[in-house]
Parts: sequence; C-alpha cells; structure tokens
Amino acid sequence: MTSEIRGRARRLGERVNTDYIISSSRKKETLDPHVLKRWLLEEVHPDFATSVEPNDILVADEAFGCGSAMEVAVTVVLAAGIKAVVAKSFSRTYFRNAINNGLIPVECDTSDIGEGDLIALRLGEGGVVVLNEATGSKIQARSLPPFTLEILQAGGLVPYMRTHGGYPEEAT
Amino acid sequence: MTTGDSMHRGGSESTRGPSLGRTVSEGILGAHAGVDARAGDIVVCRADLILGTDGSTPMAIQYFEAMGGKAVPDPERVLLARDHYSPPTSPSTRRFHARMESFAAEYGVELLPVGGGISFQVAMETGRVIPGDLVVGADSHTVTCGAMGAFATGIGSADLAAALLTGKVWLKVPESMRVVLDGELPRGVGAKDVALEVVREVGSDGAAYRAIEFVGPAADALPLEERMVLSNMSAEMGAKAGIFPVESDPAAHFADELRVDCSALNPLVALPHQPANGVPVTDVVGTPIDWVFLGTCAGGRAHDFRDALEALDAGGGIAADVTMVVTPPSPRVRAALEADGTLRRLAAHGAVITETGCGPCCGTSDPVPPPDARIISTANRNFRARMGEASAAIHLASPATCAAAATAGRIVDPREVV
Ligand code: SF4
Repeated sequence: MTSEIRGRARRLGERVNTDYIISSSRKKETLDPHVLKRWLLEEVHPDFATSVEPNDILVADEAFGCGSAMEVAVTVVLAAGIKAVVAKSFSRTYFRNAINNGLIPVECDTSDIGEGDLIALRLGEGGVVVLNEATGSKIQARSLPPFTLEILQAGGLVPYMRTHGGYPEEAT
Repeated sequence: MTTGDSMHRGGSESTRGPSLGRTVSEGILGAHAGVDARAGDIVVCRADLILGTDGSTPMAIQYFEAMGGKAVPDPERVLLARDHYSPPTSPSTRRFHARMESFAAEYGVELLPVGGGISFQVAMETGRVIPGDLVVGADSHTVTCGAMGAFATGIGSADLAAALLTGKVWLKVPESMRVVLDGELPRGVGAKDVALEVVREVGSDGAAYRAIEFVGPAADALPLEERMVLSNMSAEMGAKAGIFPVESDPAAHFADELRVDCSALNPLVALPHQPANGVPVTDVVGTPIDWVFLGTCAGGRAHDFRDALEALDAGGGIAADVTMVVTPPSPRVRAALEADGTLRRLAAHGAVITETGCGPCCGTSDPVPPPDARIISTANRNFRARMGEASAAIHLASPATCAAAATAGRIVDPREVV
C-alpha cells in the first residue's frame, strides 16, 4: 500500500500534552468530538479552532500527546478534519490511540517545517517520507510496523474489527 | 503473528536467536502471543485480566457497539471500576455510570460499586494478578500490577473495546531498561522517596516506549506494597511497564541501566508542576503548605495512612489553616484503617475523610482545592490543574513528609518530627 496525504502544516511546539489538545474540564460534559473541536488547542493556540481547515497537518516537536491517556485528544483532532500528526516524538499512549482511531502518527525531524508550509506524506511498506513542498526538502520518517499500517488503512480499530471480526487468528 | 520488526529495532538486532536471554517483557508477551517475541515485534496477546474505569469505559462502550460487539467472550477476565467519579457529582458523570451498569448487566462482567475502589489496586488486593500474567487496563497507572511480576500496561478506550470483544490486545514488545536499587533504605526514607528519585533521574519521558525491570538488593528487600509505589510511578517516566521480575535474566538485552544507591537517599519532594522535579526535602524546608492530600494509587496502602497518623501524633496534630483530605483507595484499605482506629484518629485530628476511590487526585471527585492552594500530596502527578484548580501548586512526597508538613503548615524534614 502506498498512499499520500497533502496539507498545510500547523506548527506547534514541544510537550503539547493532551490537556492542551483538549482540556479535560471540557470532557466532563460530553465525549462528542464534533462538539469538543470548538476548544481544540485553546490553551496553546486560542484561534486554532476557528482557523483549522480540513487536511491541515499538525506538526510538533518532542513528546506530542504526553500526559493523560484520554482518547478524546485523538478523536477531537480527527473531528477537525486533520488526518495526520508529524512530530519529533510521541507519547506512547497518544501514538497508540492515534493508530487505533485512524489518525496517522509520523515520527521524524520536524525542524525544517514551518507554519503554513505545504507538506506531503507518503506512506508505504518501504517507509514514510515527508516532502516539504515549501522548501523542497525530503525527510525520512520512522517506518510504521505493517500491522499498525493495516489498522490505519482500515481507518482505525473500529472499522478493522467490523471487517475482520477480531485480531488475526494465527496470533492466538 | 509477528509482523514488522522494522520499527525501533535500533541496537536490538543482536538479541535475535534462541540462545540469548529474554527480558521479562519478551517472555511474558511471547507466552501470551504463542510466539518467540523480541523487542520491536508487534504481537497480539490474550490478556489474563482486562480493567476499565469510569474515566475510560464509557467511551469504550461506544467503540464496542460501533465494532458490532454482541458478546464479551471472557467476562470472568474483566473488571470495571467506578473510581474516578466516586461519587459522581454531575448528571453527565451519573450517565457514564448508568451506561457502565447496563453494559455490565448485559454482558455479565463485574462492575465495582461507587466506593468499590481503584481498578488495579482492587485487582491486586483480591488476588487477581499473579506473576507472569498479562494485565491490560484503560488507565495509565495499570502499570502498578508490575509489582507482582506481571506485565501490566495502560491501554486506550478503543483497545479496551477490542479487548472486551476478543479477549486480546495488540502490543509492541518494548525494549527494557534495568533500574538497579543498591544499598539499604535509611530510616525515614520510604518507597515514595525512591520512586521520586528514580523519576528525577530518568526524567518525564526517559523510559518512553520501554519497560523497566527493578532489580538489586534494595528492590528485593521491598515488600509488595512498597514495590507497587515504584511500579505505579513508572508511568511518570513514560514507561510501558514497571516490573519487579520474579527472575531477571542477565543474558537479556537491556537498552539502558540506572543504578541508585538507596543508602544515600533523603526524603524527596517533587516541586510543581512535574513529578520529575524532585529535590531533597532539606532544600525546601519552610515552603508554606495549606492543603494536604493523603491517598491515591501511589500513596494508598494501609501503612501509608498509619505512617501519616504517626507523624501527626508526633507533631501535635494538624496546624490551624491547614486542610487535610484523606481518601482510602480501596474498601480493603478502608476496612483495615477502620478496624485499627486510624481513620477515626485522623478524623479526630480534623482530617476530612472522603468516599473510597481516587478522591481529589485528578479533579474528578470533591473536594477540589481552592484557588492558589499550596498543596502537598501522596499522589503521583502534580501537573498544573491536575486537581481541577489551575492556580494551585502541587508538591509530591511520602505520607510521612506530607503529614509532617500538615503539622507545621510548611514543609519540614519528617525525620525531625517522627
Ligand atoms: S488515584 Fe489518581 S493516579 Fe490513581 S487511578 Fe485515580 S486518578 Fe489515576
């Protein structure tokens, strides 16, 4: 499988924790990401929610999604039309929740990517490559294990389970 | 299935081959997947125990239904808890509980009542975790069960749904690092101090994607209840698991090693707003404190409350203008503290005793600290707004250090009180 995603880079810094992505006080009342997206990244970027456009790509530095493991911090990003996050590193739980919900986590050096740059992500068995069309640079990202690609390709664990009815049989 | 050894293999390539040793994680995950698992592999494992909380299960039920779930094949392996909203304080949190009740009734899984305790602590106390088990829980502090020699890790709500549906979970076999605890704990220094020291040394993400194996003479000497504190705070280093191995294989490949000389340790205090901000208590003596919290899955064993009571008694009780909140984390601990009079005596000192559960640890149950509160707590996390009040400053310390601060209204060296 090879697929490509193109979009505008939305630049964030390091250690963007899940509470900054969506404040946990907002989730006491609802878990619906289409409601919660109104407050996406309000702590770090007050006008983010009004300026985000479908196919935007989040670009961050180290430890994206650290802190609490709440899954709405992934679903709210998807609800805003974002399909991928590119970061120098992810917290374990965010990386996992991203794959399980069909949000593509790409791990690479992001120093070269600036706010608004048009970037393209190429995902395949051979690896993941990030092209920065603004600067012409080509960044090799950490490749994703095939099984996680299968889950992502299905669109997350829900569609994966609906299609396959379970995890691969030979795994037992 | 072992797919993909393409990621995070790093220097671990040389560990392939049956003649070389295995980390505890490789051993347990391999056994539960039926394969020879090595760090970096993705494996699908059958879990021995699947835990959910009222923080994560309501969303998991939505995923379960969206997956087309019609049955839970292994209901006896599942335990759900109402620990975070204990008791629920809003209509929406009461709805979360109602949702869990109907799910548990429909699929025949056990749901603990409000006041029934913190999921993984109850699992440990009721003998549901044995060495070599694979425990998955939709709570990042599920790692606490590693104290028993199990591989225990936090998963998300979608994972929990898939685990309810299939009894299984996908996991990347982590690389492992060893934390060697040398020496002997001096008087007045407890497991919480060792944990704060290890978190300080390793750092907030220092063990990210890795499992920790705690070994060495001081680790061997710790009773199970104390081991739970170190396993618990593995989460604060980003670790996937924090294991006290029944047997650690010296021929296994470890990505890193940290040695801590426990004999040289002082009581520690983690300053706001990171658990890795630990400093010796002697550096911060005099810092004003007006709110003290005893409890949580980090500082919530019966002896923790007894240590605190001893410090309160020795220090002449709770200082004026200091609020102390006490939350037993499980019914078993509550019963023990009721039986020996600890709770009654804490209350007689003026402490507020709450319903069993997480209490004010993450702002989901009352009481929420007031604005600008200067807090010292036996919990594991002190991020800004962690307890539901953004202007509060949270310090983390051992039960003795917390109670000693309560007697003075400021941080003091607990060794000078007890
Ligand atoms: S006591 Fe605190 S850290 Fe432990 S499970 Fe409850 S909210 Fe989480």
